[in-house]
Amino acid sequence: MAYDKFITIQSPAVPVAIENVDTDQIIPARFLKAVERKGFGDNLFRDWRYDKNNQPIAGFPLNNKKYSGKILVGGKNFGSGSSREHAAWAIYDYGFRVVVSSFFADIFKGNALNNGLLPVVVSSEFLEKIFSEIEKNPESQFEVDLEKQTFTILSSGESESFEINPYKKHCLANGLDDIDYLVDMQEQIAAFEQAK
Amino acid sequence: MEARTLFDKIWDSHVVRKVEGGPSVLYIDRHFIHEVTSPVAFLGLKTRGLKVFRPEQTTATPDHNVPTVNQHLSIKDELSRNQVEMLKRNCEEHGIVYHGLGTEGHGVVHIIGPEMGITQPGMTIVCGDSHTSTHGAFGAIAFGIGTSEVEMVLASQCIMQPKPKKMRITLNGKLKKAVTSKDIALYIISKISTSGGTGHFIEYAGTAIESLSMEGRMTLCNMSIESGARGGMIAPDETTFSYIKGRKFAPQGAEWDKTLAYWKTLKSDEGALFDTEYEFDAANIEPMITFGTNPGMGIGVTQNIPEGKELTGTDKTTYEKSLSYMGYKAGDKMAGKAIDFVFVGSCTNGRIEDFREFAAFVKGRKKADTVTAWLVPGSKAVENQIREEGLVEIFEAAGFELRQPGCSACLAMNDDKIPAGKYSVSTSNRNFEGRQGPGARTLLASPITAAAAAVTGKITDPRNLMD
Ligand code: SF4
Repeated sequence: MAYDKFITIQSPAVPVAIENVDTDQIIPARFLKAVERKGFGDNLFRDWRYDKNNQPIAGFPLNNKKYSGKILVGGKNFGSGSSREHAAWAIYDYGFRVVVSSFFADIFKGNALNNGLLPVVVSSEFLEKIFSEIEKNPESQFEVDLEKQTFTILSSGESESFEINPYKKHCLANGLDDIDYLVDMQEQIAAFEQAK
Repeated sequence: MEARTLFDKIWDSHVVRKVEGGPSVLYIDRHFIHEVTSPVAFLGLKTRGLKVFRPEQTTATPDHNVPTVNQHLSIKDELSRNQVEMLKRNCEEHGIVYHGLGTEGHGVVHIIGPEMGITQPGMTIVCGDSHTSTHGAFGAIAFGIGTSEVEMVLASQCIMQPKPKKMRITLNGKLKKAVTSKDIALYIISKISTSGGTGHFIEYAGTAIESLSMEGRMTLCNMSIESGARGGMIAPDETTFSYIKGRKFAPQGAEWDKTLAYWKTLKSDEGALFDTEYEFDAANIEPMITFGTNPGMGIGVTQNIPEGKELTGTDKTTYEKSLSYMGYKAGDKMAGKAIDFVFVGSCTNGRIEDFREFAAFVKGRKKADTVTAWLVPGSKAVENQIREEGLVEIFEAAGFELRQPGCSACLAMNDDKIPAGKYSVSTSNRNFEGRQGPGARTLLASPITAAAAAVTGKITDPRNLMD
């Protein structure tokens, strides 16, 4: 799936200070019945965002007007559970380009990277700093620089670097996906099958 | 030669190319697809003008959102019906074998693969479903993938993957009465946490593991993902070989002997190194039950909910949020708590052995009036076997009714939803908030512990009712 090239982002961030945010919370199973990749953002965190009468739940950060931006900050072990790529689609579709946590579940991380959503792993201390910065000032700006692989709290200048493998970095920066790469390899794959 | 793990042996022999500074291009032997995570992948192929590269290596079945009653009728829910029909059309268009509702081969993807002998040692197996780890029970590298990767496999029979780290979990000793592989899984996750396996592929070893049946091994490998691991595997042995022999897609004749010789090489070499190792004693495991909203929040059925006094910060608020969702208090005793629903099924515990265990327990007893029970076989073959073995009569005499195969209340995409606030003892794999329906409260357990709850209407130590 083609997605926008990732360029340096400066933005405030939305905090979801909960641990083990699983993919059933990010997008509940009952919203997985679509056959196209559209509109999942509306149901992002559905059951935390809306009550059973479909009224917004005031306490949830996505419903709080003071929070905005392209960066979602989650507690540790973000994205555990199912392999549903709809979780990454929902976060992207809602308008986020970056998810920050101290720890991501493997499949979620891979899915995010395949869809132009950058997972940024920071230390738990730094994650706490980000949360308290947002609490102090919800409009506080953060910078995510993919080229330099840094996440910066702009008000204080505090910064941490994050890891990303060079191949995935290249893909994100250029909006490329793996499928083109693999399709180009079909001959080599066929030769591999022969040799097996 | 350097000592290698079972995982290394299989992985290395499937690497088509190593991308510099990046992942490996990994060749995939077997691919399973279902109605929920495949449509967007097929759409992607269409947009790119591609055909499926190796259609004969993909097997399809609708399982996630199918009804578990009246499967001979058209599916009522329009969106579900559309997804199922779309899967069928996509398969027809691309020449993929499709096992539709009501047919011999229908069932939950992770149940039908092994049943038909499609799942074999030494293979790489993927599916757009995290519990693909189930197939690792045969000594295969099997793991769940996202829809983009489903599209990659359809387009090239390969995916791009970084090589995970390796973990070995050794379980020696003898399992106690009423302790099953589900309890082993819940015990291990309660010890290493739901993120303890992240970045790793697990190999299970030890005498207690070797003593498990194939069904038991599948249950254990199935739950690997709940510890955060990509998958789990067990070296193939005589139990594995005799399970596979004679199944529809198993190698036959001379081919069998040749393949068997290869399968016998599939084990970790003496001295092979693992990045992480754990060892547990089987004798310490009790029948388990979960009390919170992730599979790591499990305890022995006789124990009290931990106080969590050592927790601070978001750990503490997350723990409190979880207990408040469940309507429980720290320190509560689990045994004796009333329950409303029992679900037996899913790719974790929806195999014939699970129904045999459930039947053996409820035989001559009666379902509690306050309990609604859903018994959902994992496949048509399991359903048929339940009938042939006369288990249905036992269920019916005890007040239970058998439904038709599918994922059902495991993820509640169909009508099998647990109502808000109700307690469900479930043999499935996830107790996340809302997993079994909005507001549903899930307690994960083995089929035996589920049976004890079903006949008493409350959480009960099954050993109290066994001789
Ligand atoms: S039974 Fe549950 S875990 Fe297994 S494939 Fe179906 S939804 Fe996934």
